[in-house]
Amino acid sequence: MFELLGISPPAFFGQLLIGLINGAFYAILSLGLAVIFGLLHIINFVHGAQYMLGAFTALLLMTHLGIGYWWSLLIVPIVVGLSGIVLERLLLKNLYKLDHVYGLLLTFGIALVIEGTFREIYGSSGQPYGIPEQLKGVQNLGFIFLPNYRAWVIVASLVVCLGTWFVIERTRLGSYLRAATENPALVQAFGINVPVMVALTYGFGVALAAFAGVLAAPIYQVSPLMGTNIIIVVFAVVVIGGMGSIMGAIVTGFMLGVVEGLTKVFYPEASSTVIFVVMVVVLLLKPAGLFGRA
Amino acid sequence: MKASLFAGAALVLAIAAGPAAAQYSGDTVKLGVLTDMSSLYSDINGPGALLATQMAVEDFGGKVNGKPIEVVSADTQNKPDIGISVGGKWLDVDGVDVILGASSSAVTLAVQKMVGEKDSVLLVSDAASSTITGTSCNANTIHWVYDTAALANGTGSAVVKAGGDTWFFLTADYAFGYALQKDVSEVVEASGGKVLGAVRHPLNTSDFSSFVLQAQASGAKVVGMANAGGDTVNSIKAASEFGLTQAGQKLAGLLVFITDVHSLGLDTAQGLQLTSAYYWDRTEEGREWAKRFSARFDGKMPTSVQAGYYSSAMHYLRTVQEIGTDGPGTKIIAEMKKRKTDDPLFGKGYIRPDGRKMHDMYLLEVKKPSEAKGAWDYFKVVRTIPGNEAFRPMEKGGCPLVKG
Repeated sequence: MFELLGISPPAFFGQLLIGLINGAFYAILSLGLAVIFGLLHIINFVHGAQYMLGAFTALLLMTHLGIGYWWSLLIVPIVVGLSGIVLERLLLKNLYKLDHVYGLLLTFGIALVIEGTFREIYGSSGQPYGIPEQLKGVQNLGFIFLPNYRAWVIVASLVVCLGTWFVIERTRLGSYLRAATENPALVQAFGINVPVMVALTYGFGVALAAFAGVLAAPIYQVSPLMGTNIIIVVFAVVVIGGMGSIMGAIVTGFMLGVVEGLTKVFYPEASSTVIFVVMVVVLLLKPAGLFGRA
Repeated sequence: MKASLFAGAALVLAIAAGPAAAQYSGDTVKLGVLTDMSSLYSDINGPGALLATQMAVEDFGGKVNGKPIEVVSADTQNKPDIGISVGGKWLDVDGVDVILGASSSAVTLAVQKMVGEKDSVLLVSDAASSTITGTSCNANTIHWVYDTAALANGTGSAVVKAGGDTWFFLTADYAFGYALQKDVSEVVEASGGKVLGAVRHPLNTSDFSSFVLQAQASGAKVVGMANAGGDTVNSIKAASEFGLTQAGQKLAGLLVFITDVHSLGLDTAQGLQLTSAYYWDRTEEGREWAKRFSARFDGKMPTSVQAGYYSSAMHYLRTVQEIGTDGPGTKIIAEMKKRKTDDPLFGKGYIRPDGRKMHDMYLLEVKKPSEAKGAWDYFKVVRTIPGNEAFRPMEKGGCPLVKG
């Protein structure tokens, strides 16, 4: 089979692994979007900018305060998440009763402002962020030289994704959240503070984006454009997985990373489009997405 | 009485100093900087290109034969349709006399055709495709700084001479990438080397690991990066992460700018060889200009492209001052070609009939962190390549202007 495809088995497995790694980023980012949309019904277009903010905050902590990667992994999601809560309390909360398109326009506008500001200050080509000492080096797996850091990305992303899924789908807190989106008035009547819960949820979704940003910082340039480059793909991932479906976002994220990775081998020119082709096909066959509940 | 006589004499002299009947459309000379202001190449051209053009206008004195010089700018976002619609409006409605630009090769080739149809002037500093003075050449365009053929002759032949005789390319999937890959392949093959393969990646790709693995699998001694800006930076990062060079392969940056090296850091970029038409720290006058630029640009030093905006605007202004008019485009270009060029940035040069601006190119090498004495001290000059040797001979380009 491999001879037919014109690729050796080791190279094929190598590419499969690379696809999974990129999929890890798609998974965390689309998970954040899915959580926010599922519980707030806000299409969070500022997600890419928040991912970029995550990477930049890590960089600034490093250069100005000497705080390294591991602490950043903890501090940055909290800081950026808090900025998300402020955004929700100040602006987004006024939009819940309006059409989706208002939320979309507001978040899109905020994204442009944030990215424009950073581009003005830092330029477009970005700045380097070193790989932490403990994760430097390469493992020879036989079929691929796997950088230790990339292996860590898969592990970290799987833990975070599955943890999130577990909290939302399998715990009491998650059940409150889900109930609050179905019928906020009723849940409030049971004595649960719905506005606070919604704000925390948005903050958590944003924190996920920032976490992905810190994970990405050592691999890619920390650049003001990094969010724009990835966010459109992530939206396609959410649509394919089914808007608001938590597991759908995770599985689809990894899956499409692999699809894109293999396209880079067999027809690289199409690698930036293939995800949208998949999206069109899925929407034609299953309008609610692969895991969506129509 | 005496005073008015003096005034009269001064007036006569002032008029006589300029050409007899200076005619400038709209009574201004209007320069349009059309380039990538916000997307992945905007550190290479972008706001710095606009600043360099404004500096040229200031250094020229702000006026041509008493008429004011104006500078306008717009963002192409590297999209040909935007380049055409903004550029077209400039020429048709806004009275722009010359376009400097126009960002990526894809945009520039489209704008070049349009400028030809409207008989205006296009001075290209940022685009690299050698087609601009090859099969697409016209009598309305000058290609100022560099092109893919010169990059191939510089870096390509140096790498082959050093023993890198089998190549694999990472190529940006548009006009510029194809031109660069083609020009380098020709140099490699002419020097007895072999091209084993290539992979075309979409413009603005963030993850290059898959392409780097393919380059590793090819077994080529040299991996040539036929891309630019953020794409080159990300290719180099992925290559170093996946141990490409540790495994014995060599990276060849075919189009690397000083801003790319700045953003990679010397640790990652050291030892990389590249070809450039300009380096700020080469001559005394060049340094003086670069320092003035950097003082107004957050301490960033100019790229070769930004230097080209200054140099080409200067030569344009000198020409329209001397001939006393700013149109039609073919006349301006013909007059610019008649005059030798000279400025502190590129030294002495001239413009060939096919529109190629000729000057020396430099094979540069990125310094080790220990060798750098201060900020932006990044390169040492390995070799000066005379213009005649660096650029493609005119008769090989296939430019229709040359046959006649």
